[in-house]
Amino acid sequence: MNWGGLLLVMILLSSLVPGLIIFALPERSNRPRTFLNLGGAVLKLLLILLMIIGIYQGRHFEVRWQLLPGIELALNSDPLAALFSTLSTVLWLLTTLYAVGYLEQSPNRRQFFGYFSICVTVTVGIALAGNLITFLLFYELLTLTTYPLVIHRGTKEALAAGRVYLVYTMSGGAVLLVAVAWLQVLAGPVEFGRAPFLASVAAEHEGQLIVLFFMFIAGMGVKAALVPLHGWLPRAMVAPAPVSALLHAVAVVKAGVFGIIRIVHDVYGIQYAAGLNLLLPLSILASLSIVYGSLCALREDDLKKRLAYSTVSQLAYIVLGVSVAGPMAAIGGLVHLVHQGLMKITLFFCAGNLAETLGVHRISEMNGIARRMPLTMAAFSIGALGMIGFPPMAGFISKWYLGMGALAAGKMWVVAILAVSTLLNAAYLLPILIGAWFKPQDCTWPEQGVTARLETRWMLLVPPLVTAFLVVAVGLLANAQISPLAWVKLIVGMEYGP
Amino acid sequence: MNTIFLYNFSGLALFAIGLHGLIRSSHLLRKILAANLMSSGIFLVMIVGAYGTDNGMIDPVPHAMVLTGIVVSVSTTAVALVLVCLVQETTNRVLLLQKKKRARGERTDA
Amino acid sequence: MPDTAFWAVCLVVVPLFFAIICFVRSSLVAVLGPMAAWLNAFAALGMTFSFVHSGPIRYAIGGWQAPLGINFSIDGLSVLLIAMTAVTGLAVSMYAIGYFSLRIGSAREISRHEHQRAYFWPLWLLLWAALNGLFLSADLFNIYVTLEITGLSAVVLTALSGKAAARLAAMRYLLVSLLGSCSYLFGVALLYRTYGTLDMTVLSRLISPAPLMWVSLALLTTGLLLKTALFPLHFWLPPAHANALAPVSAILSGLVVKASLYLMLRLWGDVFAPVLPLSAYVLPGALGCGAVLWGAGQALLQKRLKMLVAYSTVAQLGYMFIALPLIRLDAGSSAWEAVIFLIMSHACAKSAMFMAAGSIFLKAGHDRIDDLDGIKEVLPVTSFAFVVAGVSLMGFPPSGGFIGKWLLLGVSLSSGQWWWGIMLVIGSLLAACYVYRVACHLLVFKAPFYSRREFIPPVMEWSALLLAVLAMILGLFAGYPLGLLEAGGPFPAQACLEVMP
Repeated sequence: MNWGGLLLVMILLSSLVPGLIIFALPERSNRPRTFLNLGGAVLKLLLILLMIIGIYQGRHFEVRWQLLPGIELALNSDPLAALFSTLSTVLWLLTTLYAVGYLEQSPNRRQFFGYFSICVTVTVGIALAGNLITFLLFYELLTLTTYPLVIHRGTKEALAAGRVYLVYTMSGGAVLLVAVAWLQVLAGPVEFGRAPFLASVAAEHEGQLIVLFFMFIAGMGVKAALVPLHGWLPRAMVAPAPVSALLHAVAVVKAGVFGIIRIVHDVYGIQYAAGLNLLLPLSILASLSIVYGSLCALREDDLKKRLAYSTVSQLAYIVLGVSVAGPMAAIGGLVHLVHQGLMKITLFFCAGNLAETLGVHRISEMNGIARRMPLTMAAFSIGALGMIGFPPMAGFISKWYLGMGALAAGKMWVVAILAVSTLLNAAYLLPILIGAWFKPQDCTWPEQGVTARLETRWMLLVPPLVTAFLVVAVGLLANAQISPLAWVKLIVGMEYGP
Repeated sequence: MNTIFLYNFSGLALFAIGLHGLIRSSHLLRKILAANLMSSGIFLVMIVGAYGTDNGMIDPVPHAMVLTGIVVSVSTTAVALVLVCLVQETTNRVLLLQKKKRARGERTDA
Repeated sequence: MPDTAFWAVCLVVVPLFFAIICFVRSSLVAVLGPMAAWLNAFAALGMTFSFVHSGPIRYAIGGWQAPLGINFSIDGLSVLLIAMTAVTGLAVSMYAIGYFSLRIGSAREISRHEHQRAYFWPLWLLLWAALNGLFLSADLFNIYVTLEITGLSAVVLTALSGKAAARLAAMRYLLVSLLGSCSYLFGVALLYRTYGTLDMTVLSRLISPAPLMWVSLALLTTGLLLKTALFPLHFWLPPAHANALAPVSAILSGLVVKASLYLMLRLWGDVFAPVLPLSAYVLPGALGCGAVLWGAGQALLQKRLKMLVAYSTVAQLGYMFIALPLIRLDAGSSAWEAVIFLIMSHACAKSAMFMAAGSIFLKAGHDRIDDLDGIKEVLPVTSFAFVVAGVSLMGFPPSGGFIGKWLLLGVSLSSGQWWWGIMLVIGSLLAACYVYRVACHLLVFKAPFYSRREFIPPVMEWSALLLAVLAMILGLFAGYPLGLLEAGGPFPAQACLEVMP
């Protein structure tokens, strides 16, 4: 009996089944629904811990299901998959708690939480995918399951944002489909988690492989919000804050970047990709995204939109790290996957708190707000400082490794980009902090919110505090055995090793 | 010119005339008649084929096919005529072309 | 254990028998109709099992041998299509019971609705018998007869609603069908004159280039394209499918068009394949591309839900015609498998869509797409069914449509004619456009929703949902239909193995 495979399937089912049950429950049954949500999240976390323990003991889990000769669904548990799925699950647990608190008075919660659960199932499916076609299957399903979340409010802007989202992601999905089919025709079914795949394929198709690489980057770049394919992300901010948090830190954009990592590391392989001169254009594209995203963030007054452009910029760090050939840079990029997730979700949770409790959406209204909501702004500050790269926050670790890696590879211009973007990060984040903490309140906030013991509902307060704590902890304990950094070093060691 | 060729030609001509009538007539009854003409032409071509065999034996299969075809044709004509009556009853006209304009304005029905 | 031939005869006789009884005793229709549907499904199941057990057969009905007797030829393709018809037909029958019971419940117009119900069942069962006969037939003339019966039943079903638009659409459908049948029959006549046989298997071996053969092929193809409504001969389909009663629309779009499509595939892919050059296949492929673009474009412009779904049928049929050149290019059998997946998943998904659209129409009293906001509160199951069916049409994994699209993409890329594959992908994107045009209204919350009718029977909602979910998960169980095809399919390599009559 393939217990390992069963474990993987159970990990997926632990959020799928609650999701389906939530669809069947009537709209008013809030307590059962909350119980199912949180219960499913905790169960998933436990199962993933089991999987991680198994991986540390050197075991490898795998499950396969053949649809047709040539189309085989496979889940497997290599360290990169475990990293992404752990990140998704932990953040999902926190986001679920947050969402329950955030949407307390909203209608239509049944559909929201149903799709929410299925969305996480699909994200973990992307993480655990063992070959390119399983990845494609879950990737396309992610588009479908996030759409109802984006249009949840039902307003005209929400529907328009949903339409833009679909146009971008479906086109990207179509390009990805053609690329995967083409690659399969050239080289047979593409497996992950083994040695880089294409290096063993004949060299006569090199021209096609180069075109394919860029098609892959384009297809995944839509979800990864690489410039110029990032247009959907700021517009998708009309969704409720839990959805923004999920989209930006956990699910959609991380799936896109994860896909790029898989392509560069597991399909093409660093040496082969470098040999085909594919990495330089990717670095340039990433650098462009970094700078452009930061510049656009400077101009935005809406808090969530500024954070959206910040995501565009920060994700490109990961791509930059992956595309600079060298282990240190890869470590920096991959660990930023985790760190950026933690920091960004903190920022979004806080933004949601401000919007929900006080009705504040714009940065210009945020002066003096720290007096009113100190805990929230403390978490926000930690996240923002981490983004800028202050030690000992998590962001500092990733930027350090990126910089070191760029130096080791001899690419001085990358270091320059890093420096410029750090300055830009400070430019668009520090004014918010200064205004919130040090300036007096200069406009009345639309709602005064609850003035109870806590500045807002506890379910809205606990998640950002937890993630802020994690941001600091991950930075301080970076050299510990169980930190994400150690994990990433293991992954990169396997990629660059003998 | 032998008779086989004459029969073949007549069959083909009937088919062509029927085709022309089916497409070009505007009156529904004329269209149905034209369709009948087309099938008659085809039946003629089929029957003639039964006599073409070398050893003088008449092939029974085309006869079977034509008999079946005639039955089918009769039923189809019957249905068509009833439908013309129904159409006339609801729209009070029997000209398909004019009806095209009215059909665009009609509501769809579940 | 009754053998395949027994089940095959059952599949034709049982619906026919029940059709006659339903016609004679219209009071018992509500019981006899579903009974016939379940018996048919059972017979299809029996035939599938015995086919898996004993393989493809040829059966001479009554012991009378061809050429005067009628032969049944049962291979993998027939079995799959009959199974598809049985499952879809069963779902539509269950839906129809709910549908007609509802309409009779309303106080006004009782006699008209009872009249519709009384005539629906005999006609539908007759159509079903004819479809089964068509998929089982071995020779082209018997196919003509069953095609005619199918067409006639479909025409009368279209006119059943009694509204002027429906009757006009039915008249146009009938005339087009007549034109198509005459053309087809003439082609059959010429084919018989040239080769002396009409059996499809024998013909595929005897076929050789001859002037009359080309004429006959042209006539056959024209007739079938008229009946399948391939662009640009599609003008009759949208009004007919949109104006019919809801269960009838599901039958027409899901099953009836598949009959002539199946024939096109048999003729171009099997019978005439040895003599047709590759360039000839470009014609149906190009027309298919045109259908995809035109159908999707028109669907986006529609304001009514049922017209949108009808134009979607036009587009999806074009999709399947794009597969024709790929069948010819393909050295193996992937393209055939792909087409079959597309057909099966389209039948399920499109019927589910029309059933859902019918429920929505009854609930809301109209089918204007832009005014459907918030209907998911009152019809949650139906809205979800529509979205799932739409997703299957878009070819999203893991639906059967995705498997078909993937296989065809693989064939087109590996053979170097990548433009067909690109066309397929573009077709999916366009399908996504019009599906989401409707879905965005079906996923949005807006209270309260004005319902014209309070109660929609659950059987109507759930039959649509189950069929849609079936289309969606068809891909996950792809191995089973393919196993049937391996046992005996219309692939060139295997045609040689079939037994001579």
